[in-house]
Amino acid sequence: MITATVEARDNYLTHEYGVKSWLLTKDHKRIALLYLASITFFFFLGGIFATIIRLELLTPPGDLVSSQTYNKLFSLHGIIMVFLFLIPSIPATLGNFLVPMMLGCKDLAFPKLNLLSWYIFVVGGLFVLYAMLIGGVDTGWTFYVPLSTSYANTYVILTAVGVFITGFSSILTGLNFIVTVHRMRAPGLTWFRLPLFIWSTYATSVIQVLGTPVIAVTLLLVALERGFHLGIFDPALGGDPVLFQHLFWFYSHPAVYIMVLPAMGVVSELVSTYSRKKVFGYKFVAFASVAIAILGFLVWGHHMFVAGQSVYASMVFSMLSYLVAVPSAIKVFNWTATLYKGSISYDTPMLYAFGFIGLFTMGGLTGTFLASLGFDVHVTDTYFVVAHFHYIMVGGTMMAYLGGLHYWWPKISGRMYPEGWAKLSALVVFLGFNLTFFPQFIMGYLGMPRRYHAYPEEFQVYHVLSTAGASVLAVGYLIPAMYFIWSLRYGPIAPDNPWRATGLEWQTSSPPPPDNFEITPVVTHEAYDYSVVEEMTVG
Amino acid sequence: MAEHIVTKKQYAYVFVILLVLTLGTTVAGNMDLGPFNVVVALVIAVIKASLVVLFFMHVYWSTKLTRLVAVSGIAWLGLLLWLTLTDMISRGWLGVPGK
Amino acid sequence: MANHSLALRHQFEDVAQQKDASTLGMWIFLATEILFFGGMFCCYTVYRSSYPHAFGIASNHLEVLWGAVSTVVLICSSYFMACSVNSAATGYRKALVGFLVLTILLAVAFLVIEMSEWYLLYKEGLMPGVNFTYKGIDPGHVQLFFCMYFAMTGLHASHVTIGIVILIILAFRAYADVFTPAYYTPVEISGLYWHFVDLVWIFLFPLYYLIARHLQG
Repeated sequence: MITATVEARDNYLTHEYGVKSWLLTKDHKRIALLYLASITFFFFLGGIFATIIRLELLTPPGDLVSSQTYNKLFSLHGIIMVFLFLIPSIPATLGNFLVPMMLGCKDLAFPKLNLLSWYIFVVGGLFVLYAMLIGGVDTGWTFYVPLSTSYANTYVILTAVGVFITGFSSILTGLNFIVTVHRMRAPGLTWFRLPLFIWSTYATSVIQVLGTPVIAVTLLLVALERGFHLGIFDPALGGDPVLFQHLFWFYSHPAVYIMVLPAMGVVSELVSTYSRKKVFGYKFVAFASVAIAILGFLVWGHHMFVAGQSVYASMVFSMLSYLVAVPSAIKVFNWTATLYKGSISYDTPMLYAFGFIGLFTMGGLTGTFLASLGFDVHVTDTYFVVAHFHYIMVGGTMMAYLGGLHYWWPKISGRMYPEGWAKLSALVVFLGFNLTFFPQFIMGYLGMPRRYHAYPEEFQVYHVLSTAGASVLAVGYLIPAMYFIWSLRYGPIAPDNPWRATGLEWQTSSPPPPDNFEITPVVTHEAYDYSVVEEMTVG
Repeated sequence: MAEHIVTKKQYAYVFVILLVLTLGTTVAGNMDLGPFNVVVALVIAVIKASLVVLFFMHVYWSTKLTRLVAVSGIAWLGLLLWLTLTDMISRGWLGVPGK
Repeated sequence: MANHSLALRHQFEDVAQQKDASTLGMWIFLATEILFFGGMFCCYTVYRSSYPHAFGIASNHLEVLWGAVSTVVLICSSYFMACSVNSAATGYRKALVGFLVLTILLAVAFLVIEMSEWYLLYKEGLMPGVNFTYKGIDPGHVQLFFCMYFAMTGLHASHVTIGIVILIILAFRAYADVFTPAYYTPVEISGLYWHFVDLVWIFLFPLYYLIARHLQG
């Protein structure tokens, strides 16, 4: 391994100092860190709500908090985790940091717009926080009408405006990525030489750009209806509440893919690097990302099987929903095939990647259960659904996010994290996660409805298991938070390419210089060509 | 990308056609064409919109990528309308028991 | 800004790449805008197909003449914007400033007409949530028509307002001689935005003013 001489070289962290240099930065790497700090804050805030929810559910009667407070807790947990953590998680942090470096360019196409996106995100977040502090919101993250427009006595408009604003942050980030991928690739970096992380981020950006405006305008209508007592979605005045759900899920179902597609991209990178093999069926994996982005827009009606949607439409949506399983399965099979006969090393990021593949598969397969009309009617609004989407979002996205954060941490910070602790935390997260959410499949199947703060005694055993798991999971998340901060000062200095990975981001120093590369790189190989790295290390 | 400068004359032709079509749609709107009022109004609107997109917005001379972006925006709006309408149109097909 | 090769920002390799990127960015933004308005167009389509009769009655409360005049005003404005782009590309500064000012004036005229219409509807008691006193046939669905009318024309008017602000900044920069045939991307992409605003109105006009005109009287 090459001995690193980080101190000697100018890098993006030491290039400028002071609060102002951070708040006015146009450097995509620094903006990524601004996002990292903000979404970590929101993650732990959302986590606190989850903790109180789990504590309340420890006992059958609703004794810890009132039912109204409980409604606010799960609403804020959902809103904060979905809009302020999961949606920006991988794209805005790892994506921002990596997209220009993987493409071999100096920055995103529109650096000022990138900074603006972060400010928009913060303003939207502040709206939600302000609503939370003065009394919260109790509609659930879905803002269903007529509850949100006519009946809720909480701060719906403020929260909706907050979500509306963060939506624009998401749109502008997506726009920036699409233009960058099209126009800023290094010489020789053709579409089929791109890392799969770029393909999946690109597909995500398409969803962000084409989906987000619809929820923005829908929330605008909700705010107008509530503010001016209109009847756009109010059945008493001739409006149609089911139409609201159509518009809401047109974005919010593809939003699931905004969360999980970048995670798939991260896993492709990890699986390849730690088995030292080219990703099996590169083109299939690449096109599967695009296919998921497109098919994801055709299936939203499966959230509305019991909402009063026409049965015939439900049948169409049910059949279309199964289609999404095809590209998802292609990905899982191809990762597994990549492992075959690879020389696998079990570093921390790889442990997270394994966790992702297993948990995503379970989350995805239970998703096909839910796509089938008959079964869905049975388990709608039960913990089965809750378990299903937490397997995708926490078991999938969160696992990949942590895996990616570990994998690129040496590049981001220039320091290594403590491997022993990291492996331990990966294990704790995996065990804690399963203990939290697996019992929820069972109790949901047995009929435990979601969003209830009191429940019959026969469900208590599952809730106790789940709460126990949640506390393990919380520990699993706190350990990395601590050793990442520790490593900033005390971690061993990271070499430029600690994992001997391919990809342009590893060819520059750790941490990278302000303009990413000393000279614009020229790409002459396909992605994941490990023979090139071996040559470089030997020769 | 080859630079293409559209002349003021070309713009003026399009402009005049747009004005004529506006007049046309207003006149047609005041005649009773039965169910075809909607059709005529929308067809004229689509023609006008296409003229603006193709000539004022230079899509006629633009790259494939720009066209793809424009078409995707419209196609996704189509998806939204199409799948929402599958529900709205078929809502009443199955009678409600007891009603 | 005297030397326009300096207008190249550091992340780009050359001017062509920068121009391409800006134009593509604007088009993607417009695709977003299509769906932003699209959500409301979807509501309109669903409600109009469900309650054609009520929508017909309500539509006849709008003044078709003013709708047509607004359309003409906006198309003229769009035409002058196109001429601005042409002047910028061919390097006629005075023509550029002149056309931009014409574009802005017509945009303001459009807003004045629209706000007068709003005011008249308000006086007539046809503004849901503020002053709605309609007691005729099917008031619920007539209310729905006017909710969608004000929401959509309001969203459109907010875009016109933003457009005016952008065009004023552009006119001042053009007056300061910032643009040359080698660098006029801001004029071009603002033009794209402005034509899009026109485009939305091209659909709003028939959908709200014309579609039920023949049912009148």
